[in-house]
Amino acid sequence: MQGAEAGVAAARLDLRGEAGRLLGRAPLVLALTAGLVVICLLVQAYGSDDLKTTTITMLINLIMVVGLYTFIGNSGVLSFGHAGFMAIGAYASALLTIPIVTKSVLLPDLPPFLADAAFAPVPAALTAAAAAAVLAAVIGIPIVRLAGIQAAIATFSFLAIVQVVLSNWTELTRGQMTMTGIPLSIDVIAPMLWAVVAIGIAYAYKQSRSGFRLRATREDELSARSLGISVGRERFVALLVSAFLVGIAGYLYARLVGSFSPQNFYLEITFITLAMLIIGGRNSLAGAIVGPVAVSVLLELLRRGEDGSFIATIPNGSRDIVFGALTLAVLVLRPDGLMGRRFG
Amino acid sequence: MTEVAQYVVNGISLGALYALLALGVGLIFGVMNLVNFAQGAYIMLAGYVLFFTIEAPWAVVIPLVVVAGVVIALVTERIAFRPLRGADGSTRMVASFALAFLAQSIVVAIEGSAPKAIPIWSLMSESIVVLDVRIPVLDLITIGASTCLLTGLWLFLTRTRTGLAMRAAAEDFEMLRLLGGRADRVIAVAFAISGVLAAIAAVLLFSKTAVVDPTAGTNPVLIAFVATVIGGLGSILGAALGGFSLGVLTTALQATLPAGLSSYRDAFVFGIVIALLVFRPQGLLGDRAEAQRAV
Repeated sequence: MQGAEAGVAAARLDLRGEAGRLLGRAPLVLALTAGLVVICLLVQAYGSDDLKTTTITMLINLIMVVGLYTFIGNSGVLSFGHAGFMAIGAYASALLTIPIVTKSVLLPDLPPFLADAAFAPVPAALTAAAAAAVLAAVIGIPIVRLAGIQAAIATFSFLAIVQVVLSNWTELTRGQMTMTGIPLSIDVIAPMLWAVVAIGIAYAYKQSRSGFRLRATREDELSARSLGISVGRERFVALLVSAFLVGIAGYLYARLVGSFSPQNFYLEITFITLAMLIIGGRNSLAGAIVGPVAVSVLLELLRRGEDGSFIATIPNGSRDIVFGALTLAVLVLRPDGLMGRRFG
Repeated sequence: MTEVAQYVVNGISLGALYALLALGVGLIFGVMNLVNFAQGAYIMLAGYVLFFTIEAPWAVVIPLVVVAGVVIALVTERIAFRPLRGADGSTRMVASFALAFLAQSIVVAIEGSAPKAIPIWSLMSESIVVLDVRIPVLDLITIGASTCLLTGLWLFLTRTRTGLAMRAAAEDFEMLRLLGGRADRVIAVAFAISGVLAAIAAVLLFSKTAVVDPTAGTNPVLIAFVATVIGGLGSILGAALGGFSLGVLTTALQATLPAGLSSYRDAFVFGIVIALLVFRPQGLLGDRAEAQRAV
């Protein structure tokens, strides 16, 4: 049965033209993206600063999850290492955008080309994302050879290495100390546009030849190989695209959250974003959009419950408990996530 | 020479503790192909039980901690892993992650996130001197306890009927069911054992650190995973060997890395782990078929 699916996926490569593939099953993703844009515009126009910050955090998580989906969803290989790419994106954009005078105080030992770097936002974002992709190209060489539990442990090992290096390379990262001084902006529009771009890139990858081939390997690796698909090469391509997207999330984190240290890109963000992906449904891009939005809305409602915005105040700390319990409940009741496998 | 002997003792003791951590994870993985992050939660919760009961005599405390470990492990099995038994490997892995997160949030809500000092028994911090080498008593207890538990587990797996069923489950779970093996019971027993291992590991670990906080289980469980994978998935002996090797490797790197690089020690450890996974994905003792079937 799975072999047949892989065959069908592979056959579509030849039967459908480039344009037909790109349009594919656009309506659902398009509708969700449009909904997201409407929500963001409403928040930008009428929301309080508080709500804007929440929306921005949601968008950053969404871009991260869309990036995770691009690799995990298409390949079926779990990664615990993507927070490492996010960290690279965040640190790279900090080094590129902190004003030169501030930088000479915070990071006096920078090499000259970084010390004198002053990038505008968009070039900084693209450079930071490219840095994450370059790192993915290096780590990808061993990682794409692995699957299952080995891949999970190897990607986690990568994350642990990133942690150690960031915490100790003080000339570049301030080590364990907080990185600050990045020009902040509380603006929903820029991250919203980045989110739309990220969804667009993820969609284009999903509909590309490489995306189809990679999903064929996810459904049945052996059949896919027998059709001449190179599993390693397709995974590698997906990893680069995915690291690039996660790098953008890192850039936005640096620019919109402003201060961070290596711990911000470790297990907690890894768990929360993976949970968002799985809750949404890890095999579909629609799930990668629905998951972060649903979880963020829930967390925000709980937060407001805790600080007494509603009639009844719920005790502090219940937010995390509810989040953990809910993740568990979704996993038990709907192991394929809210969007299921239908749209994969 | 004395310094070398000192490192050897440290390495063996750390290796023994890591082996104990890895055994719990390796057992559950072997029996039901589950990567159980919640093992860290068992360790952390056992640490809190230790914190609350430490004033009592040790002969009361240790059984209490062990019972707590078993109960917690069985509860997680019942509420999360049993319903998810047929689910995809990564779904179950994330579920165990969620359990760990849930346990941590509950502890933070009740006890706060500040570390709690555990006034551990004074014996644990003493040391004896043999031929100029200072050997902490805790190291000896750790080595002894790990050896006993490993031997006990080995005897259980090879000499008892439930142990036999457990090895059969590790080999081919469906076949065990078809042949009338009591799958639920086998899995529950495996979780109970992993709870015992977590509890003893917690006593040894927190005797060393003397503090417990809500995230105290995270690093141990990560070490345990890495060790299990190094040792070979599905091989229980492999998990113990992997843990031991990882402890020795960590100590060896600590001893040999030049001063400027020693803070990067863990980066080297994890780099070696990645290399090992690529060149020997089945681990030190695992077989290749098992590695490919996993998850």
